[in-house]
Amino acid sequence: MSLRPARRVRAFFVKRRLDAELEAELAAHIELAIEENLERGMSPAEARRIALANLGGMEQAKDKHREARGLMRLDILLQDLKYTFRTLGRDAGFTAVAVLILALGIGANVAVFSVVNTLLLRPLPFPDAQQLVWIAPPPTKCGLSCATYSTDAYDEFRAHSRSYQDVTGYFAFSSAGNLSLSLGSAPIPATSIDVIANFFQVLGVRPAMGRLFTPDDARNGASPVIVLTDAWWRRQFNADPAIVGKAFDMNGQQTTVIGVLPASFDFGAVFSPGAKVDAITPLNLYGPPRDWGNIVTLIGRLKPGVTLAQAREDAAAVAPTMCWNNKRPQSCGSYVHAVVPVPLKDYVSGRLRRSLLLLWSAVGMILLIACVNLSNLLLARATARSKEFAMRAALGARRGRIVSQLLTESLVLSGAGALLGLGLAYALVFWLAHQGAIALPLLSTLRIDGAALAWTLFIAVTAAVLFGLFPGLRISGGNLHEALKDSGPGTGQSRKHERVRSVLVVTEVALACMLLVGAGLLLRSFLSVLKVDLGFQPERAYAIKVDYQDSAVGANGNTPAARLAVVQHRTVFYQQVLGRTAAIPGVEATGISDFLPLGQNRAWGTPWPKGVKLPAALPAGPLVYVVTPGYLRAMGTPLRGRDFTWDDGPNSDSVVIISQSFAHLLATFAHWPGGNAVGQIISNGGQDLRIIGVAADVHEESTEGDAGWQIYYPQTQAGPAGTELIVRSTLPPSALANIVLRTLRELNPNQTAAEFRPVQSFVDHANSPRRFFMVLVSAFAALGLFLAALGIYGVISYSVTRQTQEIGIRMALGATMGRVQRQVLGGTLRLALAGIAVGAVASLAAARLIASLLFATSPWDLATYLGMAVALMAVAGVSGYLPARRASRIDPMVALRAN
Amino acid sequence: MQSSKLDLLQGTLDLMVLKTLAAMGSQHGYGIARRIEQVSGDQVLLNQGTIYASLVRLEQRGWIASSWGVSGNNRKAKFYSITRAGRRQLAEDARYWERLTGVMERVLTMDKDPDEALGESGEPA
Repeated sequence: MSLRPARRVRAFFVKRRLDAELEAELAAHIELAIEENLERGMSPAEARRIALANLGGMEQAKDKHREARGLMRLDILLQDLKYTFRTLGRDAGFTAVAVLILALGIGANVAVFSVVNTLLLRPLPFPDAQQLVWIAPPPTKCGLSCATYSTDAYDEFRAHSRSYQDVTGYFAFSSAGNLSLSLGSAPIPATSIDVIANFFQVLGVRPAMGRLFTPDDARNGASPVIVLTDAWWRRQFNADPAIVGKAFDMNGQQTTVIGVLPASFDFGAVFSPGAKVDAITPLNLYGPPRDWGNIVTLIGRLKPGVTLAQAREDAAAVAPTMCWNNKRPQSCGSYVHAVVPVPLKDYVSGRLRRSLLLLWSAVGMILLIACVNLSNLLLARATARSKEFAMRAALGARRGRIVSQLLTESLVLSGAGALLGLGLAYALVFWLAHQGAIALPLLSTLRIDGAALAWTLFIAVTAAVLFGLFPGLRISGGNLHEALKDSGPGTGQSRKHERVRSVLVVTEVALACMLLVGAGLLLRSFLSVLKVDLGFQPERAYAIKVDYQDSAVGANGNTPAARLAVVQHRTVFYQQVLGRTAAIPGVEATGISDFLPLGQNRAWGTPWPKGVKLPAALPAGPLVYVVTPGYLRAMGTPLRGRDFTWDDGPNSDSVVIISQSFAHLLATFAHWPGGNAVGQIISNGGQDLRIIGVAADVHEESTEGDAGWQIYYPQTQAGPAGTELIVRSTLPPSALANIVLRTLRELNPNQTAAEFRPVQSFVDHANSPRRFFMVLVSAFAALGLFLAALGIYGVISYSVTRQTQEIGIRMALGATMGRVQRQVLGGTLRLALAGIAVGAVASLAAARLIASLLFATSPWDLATYLGMAVALMAVAGVSGYLPARRASRIDPMVALRAN
Repeated sequence: MQSSKLDLLQGTLDLMVLKTLAAMGSQHGYGIARRIEQVSGDQVLLNQGTIYASLVRLEQRGWIASSWGVSGNNRKAKFYSITRAGRRQLAEDARYWERLTGVMERVLTMDKDPDEALGESGEPA
């Protein structure tokens, strides 16, 4: 029995041979029968007739044989396919348009699905990623310093939490270009992140080569080791297969490469979107970082079976015993309410959920519009083919057979569209994955994977059924008689179809309308974000990281004396740097800060007006910037009062500049006369600071959020954490970069070839997610508009063709060209208006859903809605004008003679 | 054609073909068809063409085998013969058929008996 299916399949493929064999067999049968009949004494003609009659029909015998031996359904499918290719080939124009529309719709969908899948649906690229949690306090004003923990707190949390297999973390304040690799010539800048030794074990990352860190690598006095990322290993070390064990001069220390990470691990993609990390180094928790305050972020791997709620309870129970610094008992308990685990996945991409869903809906609408368009095209075609179908029905084709023929056609179309669309999606995804500057997590891991292929198949089939089944049922359900009688365009069935097609066009316009409104609102939001006063002028300002070695003058700056030595040594150097760069012709202002807005930040507690009682709930501290004289002017931050000078030295009064909002806050508590902060004294941790100026509020964490509070310390009095030189100049960036780098090299031959970055690029980077979504949604809206225009054109153009005779008669009876044109155009605009009305109502209802994605824009923004309506009417007008023009050119004589 | 001829029940043709081959040895399609017609006394309504559908079915199941040969009057024809599996199948089908005819026989010859009367008065509708 089991033989049979296999033989049937085989029979399907060797059909020709089997058919020939059957032919011979039947021929032999007839010959044998004739012979016997002749023997019985019949005439040759009679003998043949009887033989054939007894066989019961040659063709029937063959059909039965084929049916018994092969796969009838597959045969039919092949027939349908053959027929489909023939009909589609004959109508190449239609086929090309249909496939292109589908390719655009499916391509957009697959690409966006890949993005959604990567960022939202797929687990993070770690084993058992659902066990990973990010442990942080709820967001506050004081930036990274309030989102991280001290090493003492980390130890306490790790030792006393019961929910975790292990807890790890990384140093949150590594800045880009913090690693300087010397390979003989000019040092090469790179970026490395310090991680706690168990980092890779907790994440479940295994090395591609060599080994990863062990606790011994992070001990005091351990020899320096480094792990390379796959990308850096390829780029900088030419994928040297024997790299493990080699040592290089990094930051002046011989550092041994102990391993290479797999290509699948991208630190930046997960933890700091848009940043490029080249290498990972071990963080020595028991060295100097011990006293640096809040420096590490926490990542935990939950024990199997532990729920998030249990982990939260556990964390809340441990928090009171965690100390900022174990040597200061009063700092214990400062983390109460500030230890909250959330799934790592939520931390990485949770806030993008809404934007991604919006994007997904947008492409869904595109696909719907494409389907509606296709339905329309097929319906128009089917109307023209209704006689063909009626004839087939009259010849005995069942309804199911005709529907299946039509479905085969739509499947072939959508299959071709899906193939082409997959190509488009592949290109788009490739392009997106290489947009390193977009601050979206996991973007670099984007690719067309199995899930995306499955999704392609799913939407291709769904689309085929959507746009194919409806016209199929309509046509095959039609009345045979009517179709055969329907002597030409302009009567019966076709008129009914036209109503259906009008409804389809209205749907299409309504969908395009919703897309346009969405894109319009996002565009206006984006423009509003660009208009935000950031508190500094990014245009024409450039930043470059200046290298400087402190080690010559004193350790890590951990003693007051050493700190003073560092500060003094630096001051001399900075004065030289600023003096030399300011002297470059075309340079307007220069200054140095350790951190820059929209980059990294930290806080040093909350300074408070001297002599004023601290409130019970002390606000989170302002972000700290340690700057040189001239920095604020170079950044273009307006200042009231005076700037720092080189005379504000270690031995003079400690001075600070604070931001306007922070000054306002302090003034309300201190009741300063006239609310004027300049000249007042505040104290921080027992140190008195005189406010010498009030600077404009700077957006230091995001362009869209509130500007936070800032406090500026003079570099001449406080220890800076880094050196970012800001140059404001009218020179072209490339020329300026060369001159500045040359100048820096003259002062310090070890200056790395650091990147010369426009300050605008920080702003662009901060705005990049919004720009990303805005651009994509706008592109999809444009696509939707284009498809809708195509739909309108198709319907109007078809109806003009159909009414050629009617129009001819009316013109013969005296209708003017203008009148005919107006009528056709009027019909078009009526359709568009109906679509816009439906779309506007739907948009008003749906806009609330995207309200949270908007910035300073109402979801019911009148200008956007009006703009959308005008754009759609204009497009409808143009799409209707071409057929209208054609209608008005109809020659009555020709039209009446036709048919 | 006469209306008095018997229509073949589904599946009976395959059994007839198997039995014919078992009884006659190797035979071509026409021979099998004629044989069945003769044995039935021309009582069955047999489209000879349907034999070939039956033959391909049986062959695909491995119950009969075929090869091209030459007939008694020197004609090239495809000859079929029953296989061992075919004989097993034939025995099985024949048993089944006998049981079925036995049952049909009893059902069709039954009289109105007491059980039936009881059944009628058994339960209220």
